[in-house]
Amino acid sequence: MRTLTKLDAPSRETTDLDDATTRVREEQRGRIKGDGPLARDAQPHTAVSHQHAQAHESAVKHVTGRAAYIDDLKAPADCLHLALGLSPVAHGRLTRLDLDKVRAIPGVVDVVGFHDVPGHTDIGPVFPGDPIFVDEAISYAGQVLFAVAAESHRAAREAVQAAVVEIDEQPASLDPVAAAERGEFVRPTHVQQSGDLEQALAEAAHVIEAEQFVGGQEHFYLEGQACLVQPTEDEGVIVHTSNQHPSETQKLVAEVLGIPFHAVTVEVRRMGGGFGGKETQASPWACIAALVARRTGRATRVRLPRAEDMRVTGKRHPFHNRYRLGIDAAGVIQGGEITVIGDCGYSPDLSEAIVDRAMFHSDNVYSLGAARVTGHRARTHTASNTAFRGFGGPQGMMVIEAAMDEIARRIGEDPLTVRKRNFYRPGRQTTHYGQQVDQIALLEELVEQLEASSDYWARRQTITAFNAESPVIKRGLALTPVKFGISFTAKHLNQAGALLHVYTDGSVQINHGGTEMGQGLHTKICQVVARELGLDLATVRITATRTDKVPNTSPTAASSGADLNGQAARDACVRLKQRLFDFAHEHLYTDQGLDREDMRLEAGHLVAGHGESERRIPWGELVQAAYLNRISLSEKGFYATPLIHYDRATGQGRPFYYYAFGAAVAEVSVDTLTGEYQVDRVDILHDVGDSLNPAIDLGQVEGGFIQGMGWLTSEELKWNEAGRLLSDGPATYKIPTFGDLPPVFNVQLLEGHPNSMASIYRSKAVGEPPFMLGMAVWSALRDALASLADYREAPRLDTPATPERVLLAAEALRARHSDWPPVGRSDTP
Amino acid sequence: MIDFLLNGQPRHCEVTPDTSVLELLRETLGQTGTKEGCASGDCGACTVAIGETDADGRLHYHSANACITPAHQLHGRHLVTVEGLADRDTLHPAQAAMVACHGSQCGFCTPGIVMSLFTLHEAQRGDERQLPTPLTPQRLEAALGGNLCRCTGYRPIRDAALTMSEHPDVQHQWLDAAAPKPTAPAPDAPFAQPKTLAELVELRRRHPEARLVAGATDLWLEVTQRLERFERLIDVTRVTELNRIEVTTLDDGREGWWIGGAVTYSRLEPWLEAQYEPFAHLLHRLGSAQIRNRGTLGGNIANASPIGDTPPVLLALGARLWLTGPDGERELPLDDFFVDYKQTALRKGETIRAVFLPRPDTERTLKVWKLSKRREDDISAVLGAFAWTLDDGVLRDVRLAFGGMAAIPKRAHAAEAALEGQPPTPAAFQAARLALGDDYQPMSDVRGSAHYRQLSAANLLERLRLVMAQETTDSPREVMLHAYAH
Repeated sequence: MRTLTKLDAPSRETTDLDDATTRVREEQRGRIKGDGPLARDAQPHTAVSHQHAQAHESAVKHVTGRAAYIDDLKAPADCLHLALGLSPVAHGRLTRLDLDKVRAIPGVVDVVGFHDVPGHTDIGPVFPGDPIFVDEAISYAGQVLFAVAAESHRAAREAVQAAVVEIDEQPASLDPVAAAERGEFVRPTHVQQSGDLEQALAEAAHVIEAEQFVGGQEHFYLEGQACLVQPTEDEGVIVHTSNQHPSETQKLVAEVLGIPFHAVTVEVRRMGGGFGGKETQASPWACIAALVARRTGRATRVRLPRAEDMRVTGKRHPFHNRYRLGIDAAGVIQGGEITVIGDCGYSPDLSEAIVDRAMFHSDNVYSLGAARVTGHRARTHTASNTAFRGFGGPQGMMVIEAAMDEIARRIGEDPLTVRKRNFYRPGRQTTHYGQQVDQIALLEELVEQLEASSDYWARRQTITAFNAESPVIKRGLALTPVKFGISFTAKHLNQAGALLHVYTDGSVQINHGGTEMGQGLHTKICQVVARELGLDLATVRITATRTDKVPNTSPTAASSGADLNGQAARDACVRLKQRLFDFAHEHLYTDQGLDREDMRLEAGHLVAGHGESERRIPWGELVQAAYLNRISLSEKGFYATPLIHYDRATGQGRPFYYYAFGAAVAEVSVDTLTGEYQVDRVDILHDVGDSLNPAIDLGQVEGGFIQGMGWLTSEELKWNEAGRLLSDGPATYKIPTFGDLPPVFNVQLLEGHPNSMASIYRSKAVGEPPFMLGMAVWSALRDALASLADYREAPRLDTPATPERVLLAAEALRARHSDWPPVGRSDTP
Repeated sequence: MIDFLLNGQPRHCEVTPDTSVLELLRETLGQTGTKEGCASGDCGACTVAIGETDADGRLHYHSANACITPAHQLHGRHLVTVEGLADRDTLHPAQAAMVACHGSQCGFCTPGIVMSLFTLHEAQRGDERQLPTPLTPQRLEAALGGNLCRCTGYRPIRDAALTMSEHPDVQHQWLDAAAPKPTAPAPDAPFAQPKTLAELVELRRRHPEARLVAGATDLWLEVTQRLERFERLIDVTRVTELNRIEVTTLDDGREGWWIGGAVTYSRLEPWLEAQYEPFAHLLHRLGSAQIRNRGTLGGNIANASPIGDTPPVLLALGARLWLTGPDGERELPLDDFFVDYKQTALRKGETIRAVFLPRPDTERTLKVWKLSKRREDDISAVLGAFAWTLDDGVLRDVRLAFGGMAAIPKRAHAAEAALEGQPPTPAAFQAARLALGDDYQPMSDVRGSAHYRQLSAANLLERLRLVMAQETTDSPREVMLHAYAH
């Protein structure tokens, strides 16, 4: 007979029962009912001292070096190491690939290429177009030609160099605008339209028109692409991978090997950063390693050296945007036309949805009126550009934020005034794709609060006065808002599952379909479970994400991790709770009976009844009693987001369950002689509904802002004329570092605004929305530069706004607006 | 064979000359807490602390990038990694503060950040007779600028740095213990560590094919990025003569110092603060703490990169080189050293023994301005170094040198001529700016276009004029950003 663990924990709880009971009771009473199934906290939170501000579940492991990443996993001693043979040219035909010399190198165990693949050779994630190895056609510099497996990483890398590769090189197409003009697209063009834009333009007081280039961005996750594949005793593999989408990797590995999905198990404990770069682009390495693992019967490891990682994987899409907008005398948009061209690289990857999201966000928080938004997906000979925090949204928003500055200069008003006039408002509440923006009052309040807390208007006066007196240093100020739509626009991805186990010592294990990449998802899920089951956070442990625990999962992307998986975990808890309540009602205290109504789990107890008749059963005892009475202590949960739909045929629908909002004020100083600048102060107010964990959410807001600022300022991708990436390491690609943290950085979460939709505890998604707060820095740079033209002109400032771009913009303005002697340009060879 | 202490434990390992500390840790010793982020010394994920004993017998810990540090240089040293800080379940203050401040998200950069915080903490603890130095923004930047974090945006890391002293200290006995007495390597060891210049000269004579290594901050990229193998290396970091800073008077009567070729930037920084503040400020922006702790002045010169940070400054200051080779010793003005792209006047077997810096002249002014995409830990797009004397309202002995404008660090002789003997008027400077077109035909690359380089170099001369005007007229107008001026 099985014996149960002796429990000593429950009695511990009873000593301070009164305090705990009082607190929990108050909390319970303080909850308000929403219109959905979920109540919310009434207590306002103050960032990190808040009751839910728990540390990251792996924090201690992070700081002690015990948190294991893929390359830290121990593998069998005979584990093979892979290195990739990459195309040195961007476009051409592979005419000869002789790998005999590679095979002959000591330490080399296997060499694989296109013809060694038993199953599918196309590993395109959504649409076909991504060959696992080049067969003949070479489409970008860095495309994988072959792979070498050797006894050591170094031996594999050295062996790659012995390959004889002959390529019939052809001119590379690197200009997405030219590609779009020639109709070279990876996916068809999509249009969203509402109202009669020609009429709006004809009747407008002014028409403003401009174009912009918005640069791409390298993910620069600190842990590069990596996986470890072990063959199983049957035809399958176990894949350990740094990966945002284990289910898709499972599918692709199975297809490449030509085996059923159930033979492949994919496990992700954590990633050393993802940011979208491991949503689709972590799979190829797993597929190649799985191929080698099956061929050799040996565990196989891949880790891409940084420069290869940067050359091989896609990035945030660069965009070329154009707008033509009609405005009235007050600067209010009446209607017009926006065209965005996403530079997709050589294949579709996720570009359909990414350019869609750029279109969905080309309004940001502003009513476009009668508008047509067109999105092109240009094909070029670069790596296939992919998901990156914001997923096209940031590139779309840049169009309308550029227009706001332009309108302000045209009508001679402050850019903030113009922005506020154009906000979605009563009567102008519907987007160009037909969705109602419901929290317009929240947006207004958020911006007003920030305007006041950042002292915007007083600083505006100071800055204008300073600039009038200062010939070289110019200061700029800008407030830019953000509205970001939450849901996958591919409807079927808006589902999630969870698996909850309770063991007979009362400890709880939760597993769900989301992956941990630093965003604190696992911490939040543990908090949801602890909250539902009335337990200490320490009682709940999360395990690695695995396709054999929760199947058919969606990528951890679109900021949806906590929204979807939190609900699924809660669903599992609610189901288990109901079962335990039924059990307790029927089997415990059978003499008096426990009141089934209002039975609850709190502070480590099942509590039934109130006052005199209250009965409390410690969690551990409840669990053991349930086990002995043959009640299942395991449960699965599921969630599918309601209400959302979008019709691509009409370009209309309600693609988003809700919107998340935020705004940032940035102040910068620019040296107009050199283009150097510094960010002097940033104030942020961001909407996360009722925060699941204010400390983690604050981290997302701050980190997102800095990453967005980097995208728009120092992070410059450069290719040479032949299409080879030049900025292929941290020496040449500059993400923000410690000194880029603004000296004054006031970041607050908006309080008192629960989500209007029934999200998990009325929280809001926080992964992506804060990224776009970085636009404030770019707009502030334009504001500083505009002072050179006495604020009569909004300078064109493509991104990233490097010191070079800032200087050239300053020189262009000076050439038109002052008698500053021409420097440099005339004496340039 | 090397002997060192790893987190207090004696280790005795066999390594090849081209093994890095990171490879040794992760692949041989199975210590995977230290991460590889870039294998080029630019991200800081692999930061470790290396303890060595100074001339006064005090043990100092400095941060280093394990990915580009030769394992052999651990011989006779302490190596402290993230695994060694906590005392069982008690976290070191650097760790406890990171947890308390929510300083880790994905956690991959965290071990490196913890180690940079550890060295900062050790420096604060440092000498008990001294008060800890205040953690100014500049000091924090200097300590943490070489650790990239892609998740947090650095605010919580800043808070961790500022609050770690509030956490109870974890004081391992071994932190202050003497390192193992290194056994002298065999004279013909493939990784030779000579102690005297004579030994160095002799080794180079015997092994003319051997490469020299000091900080390895550039050399090691050949291993990690280009997969070169080194059969034999000669380490100059332990050569006594190369580590001296000596007062001297040259034959021409100029007073100054001979700075040994293996003196690190970190050692130079505080020293230069007192002598040439603008030069010291430049060093604060050269690489990261991890790089400055290892990179040497001699290496920066011998490397002869057109975008090296110190050569333009040394050209503007009229530096000289003291070279030691198989045929004896000679002196050379730095003006004659850079011949063509990555080519120098060094003869076979010659080593930069020392660099002469003149004693600052109160009549002369030095300005150094570096332009880069990112303020910290970035390589120059353009670097201008300017020295002059204002004699009775007229510019004398004007020396203008630029990096990033030609195949070598190079003086702007035409622009110098345009200013020489002139009062600092707008007209004179406009002539100098135009003359730069004769001095340089820069190229376009990943760091900037030719046009930007030409334009910004010319504008640095305009800044120079404004600075001179500011100094003479006491004008309160800002002519440069304070972030770049400190």
